[in-house]
Amino acid sequence: MTPTLAVDIGWGTTLGIKTLVVLGIVPLGALILGYVFLLKMMSHMQSRLGPMDPGGFHGWYQLIGDGLKFLQKEDIMPEHADRKVFALAPAVVVMSTFLVFVVIPAGPRIVVAPLDVGVFYALAVSSLSVVGVLMAGWASANKYALLGGLRAAAQLIAYELPLVLAVVGVVIQAGTMNLQGIVAYQSDAEIFGFGGIGLPLILTQFVGFAVFMVAAQAELTQPPFDMPVAESELVSGYMVEYTGFRFLFFFIGEFGTAFAFSALAATLFLGGWGLPWGDPFGTDQLLFDLLGPALLFVKMMIVAFLMFWARFTYPRFREDQLQALAWKWLIPIALVNILATGVLKVAF
Amino acid sequence: MIAQNVVFGVLAAAMVLSAIGVVTTKNVVHAALYLVVVLAGGAGQFLLLGQEFVAWVQVLVYIGAVIVLFLFGIMLTRAPMQPKESLDNDLKWPGLVVAVALVGILGALLVDAFEDTEIELEAPTRTIEVTDAVFRTYIIPFEVVGILLLAALIGAVVLARKD
Repeated sequence: MTPTLAVDIGWGTTLGIKTLVVLGIVPLGALILGYVFLLKMMSHMQSRLGPMDPGGFHGWYQLIGDGLKFLQKEDIMPEHADRKVFALAPAVVVMSTFLVFVVIPAGPRIVVAPLDVGVFYALAVSSLSVVGVLMAGWASANKYALLGGLRAAAQLIAYELPLVLAVVGVVIQAGTMNLQGIVAYQSDAEIFGFGGIGLPLILTQFVGFAVFMVAAQAELTQPPFDMPVAESELVSGYMVEYTGFRFLFFFIGEFGTAFAFSALAATLFLGGWGLPWGDPFGTDQLLFDLLGPALLFVKMMIVAFLMFWARFTYPRFREDQLQALAWKWLIPIALVNILATGVLKVAF
Repeated sequence: MIAQNVVFGVLAAAMVLSAIGVVTTKNVVHAALYLVVVLAGGAGQFLLLGQEFVAWVQVLVYIGAVIVLFLFGIMLTRAPMQPKESLDNDLKWPGLVVAVALVGILGALLVDAFEDTEIELEAPTRTIEVTDAVFRTYIIPFEVVGILLLAALIGAVVLARKD
């Protein structure tokens, strides 16, 4: 690696900068997704006038108003709640979101830690949020919260399997779990000798991509998989007793995780920060360091658009339909996909 | 190696304290949450040994699935909010004796087996080395375990079915 900075900074400073960037990127990503999709796209798709009104152009003031409202709300804790667990639960959920961003690369050198276990690590830490959800559901001492927590746990366990299995196809084809390696593979691979567009794995792993997107939607407990937070029957499930800043934590956790999953999907299936041209790990390293984050962001917004499009369009699944979809459809499809990928990998 | 030893000590202390918490708390949900800390500490120890893959398997399987299953079971049945005296029982002293004896025997065994052997930890073990070991050197035990788990799975389905 050639140094690009004039001053040589120590590992402690590097670690500090990396930590600050990760700490900043989750709330920022949550705000971007919340503003662009939740407030603007949903308003357009469902003809909601409210979020389009405050401020001037397209109601740009709405998000600031919402933020200020959350900050000045009273911090209420139910009388019989388990105080420590109640207070800790939102932090556990948000922490699991932060940890995912450790391995997501945005350029040849712009990554906190290019772990060898890469995508496996990302899926492992994202599964920690279930513990936080269950803690919140139980500690609220509220039957609706408990029901919501139970539904969330059942759903998150069921959809974690297809999520992991869908990624296995990509890992087999790229031959590595390192996300940098997967990006490099997609930039360099050729389609029957034609290397003009690289090989975005969505072309060969389309089944995996579809399963991943459905399972990610369920992991986010977004409609049509929002039984755990069904506001019309469970008044927001495990979040029902949370107000103000603690609720904001759950909100950031939800949209930050959406940001993380779209980053994972963009990296695994759309080529991440890479382009089929140039030499990112050699002569063009600086160019790709500058260009990479923008490329990744564009691909992430495309993936997030698909996620939120489904969210704003479809009605809620019933609990039995939801479980049947995971166990009877997604898992078998993902397993067949792994088998087919393995056979083709050996054949070619 | 000083830094590793310090981190090992901190993790080990946290794990021991949480493990005591698991067996002494009167609230069964708290016991499960203490167990999360113990298992996370175990994952941390694997990381210290450079075994990234094993560490994250520990997180995904034990914290992400087994603990969640525990919590799920507790909340599906009673979901107690208040501490419960009946969680305490008369077997705690024999239990303590067995635990101390086990620590003594295992500790003595480890000291006797390794004495002052030093293991060089250069870089993290790569996943490819782990998978090569599982699917080449230990392929037969791996397949046997697979068949055993499949049999257990089918057995559980047969036992749970009512018709």
